[in-house]
Amino acid sequence: MSWEHVPGYMGEQHAHGEQTVVVEPKQLVEAALHLRDEEGFSFLADIATADYLGWGQKGVAGYIGTVTGRDLNRPGSQGLQTMPELKPKRFSVSYHLLALRPGAPRLRLQVWIEDGEPVPSLVEVWPTADWHEREAYDLMGIRIEGHPNLARILMDDDWEGHPLRKDYPIGGEPVRFSSDE
Amino acid sequence: MAIAPEKPRAREWPLVGPPIYEGSRIPSPIPTVLRVSDELREAGDILQVNFGPNHPSMHGVLRLVVDLNGEEVVGLAAVIGYLHTGFEKNMEQKTWWKAITYPERIDYVAFQNNEYVFVAAIEKLLGMEIPPKAVWMRTLLCELNRIHSHLIWLGTSGLELGAISMFWYAFREREQILDLFELVAGYRMHTRYFQAGGLAEDVPRGFYPECRKFVEWMPKAIDDYEAMLSRNEIWLERTKGIGLLSAEDAIALGQSGPVLRASGVDWDLRKAQPYLAYDQVDFRVPVYTHGDVYDRYRVHIDEMRQSTRIVAQCLDVLEGMEGEPWISDDRKVVLPPREELHTSMESLIHHFKIVTEGYRVPEGEVYVAIEAPRGEMGCYVVSDGGPRPWRVKFRGSSFVALEATATCMRNALVADLIAIVGSLDTVMGEVDR
Repeated sequence: MSWEHVPGYMGEQHAHGEQTVVVEPKQLVEAALHLRDEEGFSFLADIATADYLGWGQKGVAGYIGTVTGRDLNRPGSQGLQTMPELKPKRFSVSYHLLALRPGAPRLRLQVWIEDGEPVPSLVEVWPTADWHEREAYDLMGIRIEGHPNLARILMDDDWEGHPLRKDYPIGGEPVRFSSDE
Repeated sequence: MAIAPEKPRAREWPLVGPPIYEGSRIPSPIPTVLRVSDELREAGDILQVNFGPNHPSMHGVLRLVVDLNGEEVVGLAAVIGYLHTGFEKNMEQKTWWKAITYPERIDYVAFQNNEYVFVAAIEKLLGMEIPPKAVWMRTLLCELNRIHSHLIWLGTSGLELGAISMFWYAFREREQILDLFELVAGYRMHTRYFQAGGLAEDVPRGFYPECRKFVEWMPKAIDDYEAMLSRNEIWLERTKGIGLLSAEDAIALGQSGPVLRASGVDWDLRKAQPYLAYDQVDFRVPVYTHGDVYDRYRVHIDEMRQSTRIVAQCLDVLEGMEGEPWISDDRKVVLPPREELHTSMESLIHHFKIVTEGYRVPEGEVYVAIEAPRGEMGCYVVSDGGPRPWRVKFRGSSFVALEATATCMRNALVADLIAIVGSLDTVMGEVDR
């Protein structure tokens, strides 16, 4: 089945028995309304984001580094055997849709963005998107445009940075010693 | 206001029964926050109360900011994140087979189902074939785990509404289930018994007779629960007609599992999109049509009966599978049998490589969804072809269930609030991840 008639269509993939349709971020709301009302995908299961910074570089399986510069990828042959296919932009936002009919067809609606590019909010199409979008903003720093209440949801309100980004340091918070002050 | 579809959807399958209420009750513009109306705020004596995060009936560390007009709930906002532990970030640092321990701890009540969904995602990327014995044993354990999860729900939600004896009865059977898990895997919770490719060990001797005893006992225990609650005057008063959620609103809010089925939507992924051995067992999906707390209770009770039936059918099949393989023999992914390590150089190398470096999973992205006790549990996994996951994201059904609190809380009293939050069956570990 082809998805060329979806508004803002940019491409599609069929892999592992799953279908992905990629659309223009600007036309996301039209595409979502089309899929909900014409194709019957009435159920938004999940919004998943991914950061592809450093994708396909040596020793990537994991993360980039830590505050101290320690690279936990060494020692060991943790590199990649084959080069993965390069991604069009840094972030992907995937909307996992489900149609409530026999066979439970699923579709992944996907947009690709660079850091800081806005993604329109789908709260008015699927109210369940509210918390999923807040999570995408909180943990991945995706700029959701038109969301009625875009506040942090899992991290503290005054938290700095977006923890699930690949350039976010792991290895714990810096410990403050009185001797350093 | 949400953009409504041009033509209203016809009431056909999976929607069953008459509409619970007309129109939509989802608050606007923020679907998850019930705002106090301006007139009320000026006229009434509104009291803002913090419920939680350290309140015994908040199922963990949920915080509700509640606006009260007398005893009536007129405003509500849920605040979450107190249990955020960064599971998804942590899993990116671990090799695939070491990351399997994490999902179990996300929803620590439905551990076996969570473990399965992540293992299933790995197997989907690897394109692995699973031996039938492993498939049936996984089905059995997932269903035992569903009963376990529903028992905890029944016990704690009953306790909150004053049915203290319910708690002791439910935990009596829960104890038996945990003993069964201990017999199988050595651990009472968080068993890590599922391995990419099958099971970590063969089913131990003595498990089938013990499990058979449980299956024969459980229907009588469920009769006990029903005798205590189903016609109990106080229970009926506190649950009937409370926390209404229509089928249309439930779908728009992404609800799944018992909450969705209590609102008159005949939707269960075990039937709609069968995985494991669910297409080979006989069971019924309970659906109720009032969308209130009482119907959610009925769904939980009926599902326990059905799960007991499934466990019995799995036992019938498994008892005839003595001596069959329980894990795939793909040596690039599965650890070689222990005894081979003493005699085979090849096996030693494979063992060493898998333990130190981990197996590689082909590049790609998948989303696997199963019917966990609380509803659709989804796992989105991205692999770059290396030994560690690039990105793991879980769709927690409790996270989504909490989004419905504001809608269910229309016209509720403060005492109903406990019943409603309880009936949505949230586990905060899964909400905050």
